[in-house]
Amino acid sequence: MSVEQRARTERILVLLGPQRLRPTLASVLRELGLEGGRPAVVTAGWQHREAEDAELREHVAAPLDNLELYRRADELFSEDPELFEAHRERQDRLRTLQELYRVRLAHALDAARALQARKGSGELLKAERREAIDDVRRLDRSHLERIRVLHREWNESWPLAEREAVARQRDELREILSGAVALVVAGGHVAVLLNRLRLFGLPELAGDLPVVAWSAGAMVLTDQVVLFHDNPPQGPGNAEVLESGLGVVDGLVALPHARWRLRLEDGVRVSLLARRLAPRKCLVLDDGAVLPASEGARRSGLDVSRVRRLTVRGKVVAGPGQSLAGGAA
Amino acid sequence: MTLAIRRLESSQVLDDEVVEDFLELHEFPLREGTSTTFVYRGEADRVFLRHFIYGLPSKQRFQRLGETDLWYLVLELPAGSRVEYKIDVVQDGKHRWVRDPLNPLRARDPFGSNSVCQGHGYRTPEWTRPDPHVRKGEMRPFAVKSEALGGKRRLQLYLPPRLRETSRYPLLVVHDGADYIRYSALKTVVDNLIYRQEVAPLILALTTSDDRLREYGADERHARFLADELLPALEEELPLDPRPAARGLMGASFGAVASLHGAWSRPGHFGRLLLQSGSFAFTDIGPSRRGPVFDPVVRFVNAYRDGPVAFSDRLFVSCGTYESLIYENRSMVPLLQSTGMEVRYTEARDGHNWENWRDRLREGLSYLFPGPLWMVYE
Repeated sequence: MSVEQRARTERILVLLGPQRLRPTLASVLRELGLEGGRPAVVTAGWQHREAEDAELREHVAAPLDNLELYRRADELFSEDPELFEAHRERQDRLRTLQELYRVRLAHALDAARALQARKGSGELLKAERREAIDDVRRLDRSHLERIRVLHREWNESWPLAEREAVARQRDELREILSGAVALVVAGGHVAVLLNRLRLFGLPELAGDLPVVAWSAGAMVLTDQVVLFHDNPPQGPGNAEVLESGLGVVDGLVALPHARWRLRLEDGVRVSLLARRLAPRKCLVLDDGAVLPASEGARRSGLDVSRVRRLTVRGKVVAGPGQSLAGGAA
Repeated sequence: MTLAIRRLESSQVLDDEVVEDFLELHEFPLREGTSTTFVYRGEADRVFLRHFIYGLPSKQRFQRLGETDLWYLVLELPAGSRVEYKIDVVQDGKHRWVRDPLNPLRARDPFGSNSVCQGHGYRTPEWTRPDPHVRKGEMRPFAVKSEALGGKRRLQLYLPPRLRETSRYPLLVVHDGADYIRYSALKTVVDNLIYRQEVAPLILALTTSDDRLREYGADERHARFLADELLPALEEELPLDPRPAARGLMGASFGAVASLHGAWSRPGHFGRLLLQSGSFAFTDIGPSRRGPVFDPVVRFVNAYRDGPVAFSDRLFVSCGTYESLIYENRSMVPLLQSTGMEVRYTEARDGHNWENWRDRLREGLSYLFPGPLWMVYE
């Protein structure tokens, strides 16, 4: 069986921690038996530095194809100014929606935190705490729904497949991907990355190619993208849902760099985040983390490594939990 | 809670051995809640704490412990305080100002160094320390001929890591730039904050002056140098974003005056200002008592107070509550805000020193030149 054939027999999805300090991509590709092939790489999250992939090439030590989605989007927009205008208008609306959601979110989270901090363990207080978290969950859901509607309406008004410039780019990408052994998605600016992957319909074009992704790349593959930082230099640091992800994997929220972005020692904050996003599992993907996130990946013999999980009790424990680990943890 | 020094005082025996045990058991200055005990051991006629806290008598007398050679002083310091000090040992009528031999913490400045007392709740911010994993920016010398100031001006440039000629970068001109690098760890801080995406990659122009009290003291020649000589020379050489919102001036003390005056002299030119412990001396009536070097500053600030106008977009102003300049800075903020400019003001329980200015850099720089942190997960 060729490398390509083996890779395509079962959907393989692996999520990794950040790659700069402790790169694991090459060893993961090797363990999956994909080292003989040519991966297609998305570095659009690096924006204008998209093409600066020398370190990545050196690490993989094999030929790879950078899909250059950021450059392609620039080209596409200059060829199709009408689409560019419509796209920009949609992005402005998305930004405005996010700002408005933040206003309500700040109050809802303040209430939830105040009740968590209140001393006592009576039934009335417990019920009120649950309600407060439910309020946040309802707000998150309604925000996601508004964004879904906005995307749906926009897609109906602007069917991308019918735009000549888009179709041409997609044909080129399909051609490159047909010779690829895996799709590798790097981190970076999560909204830009998600936007470019959607613009070119990458999930559909990639079909059942094995996917290995890290940081923002891992976030966009889940069904819900959550932005987070407990201690930003400006602003309140309230974790917020950005929008639905590509949904290649569900049931988890990817939290790269959580070691320094989250106050993991603060049980109240950890518990609040885990409860708010349940039943999805909040997974810490710090340096060196390897998470086989599909049956196919697990059957390939890849082990879970250095993944941690936030619990609703406010702890950070090793392993991704049973349903994701398939017993591996 | 009985303080350790009080327990020692009430010991039945007070000899060398007891004192040595006491010194070995504790770190000094000894923090117990908000009480801080300073000690000095040695022969002396009198011992004083010489600190730089405006609001307390600058000379605080130590007590001698019984007949021993141990001297002590208990000060109440509010949470989060950071105090620089020396110990003044008086013997045979002679004063000797020494750094605290029992305290390894030091802060350097252009005049030497002081001992540092970190009060309850103060922590040196971790983003001020070098991080081996962080990509480092590059320092490069730069020179510009100045007719306004006369002669050639040499400065240093800080270029962010992975600088691209095709990108456009914000520029921040830093007064007393070499001192900011040396005593406020500015390069380390900027490297760290850019790496963490908290601050946008930016270029720093680090200026110095051999005659700073004149040039930085609201001097039109310096304002002309900044706007008409330095800026065009930098724009010719570097990939700079030409928008005022991407142009900033920064400085501490007289450097803050030079920044404020430079931006005020060219309204709309510099959209970002970072002003630390500005020497914004003014008078409501009568002459200033701060000395002749302040006279041009007083004239400028008085004029501005008479006719406040907007000249920039966004300002970050900080001052230590233990500085004499706290009054001037607190007075300046509502005036600046009244013009419609966006002003963020922050205070810290610290003095007029470089580590105070260092500790405010994260808040100031990320306010003026925010990075893409919230959205970037690399």
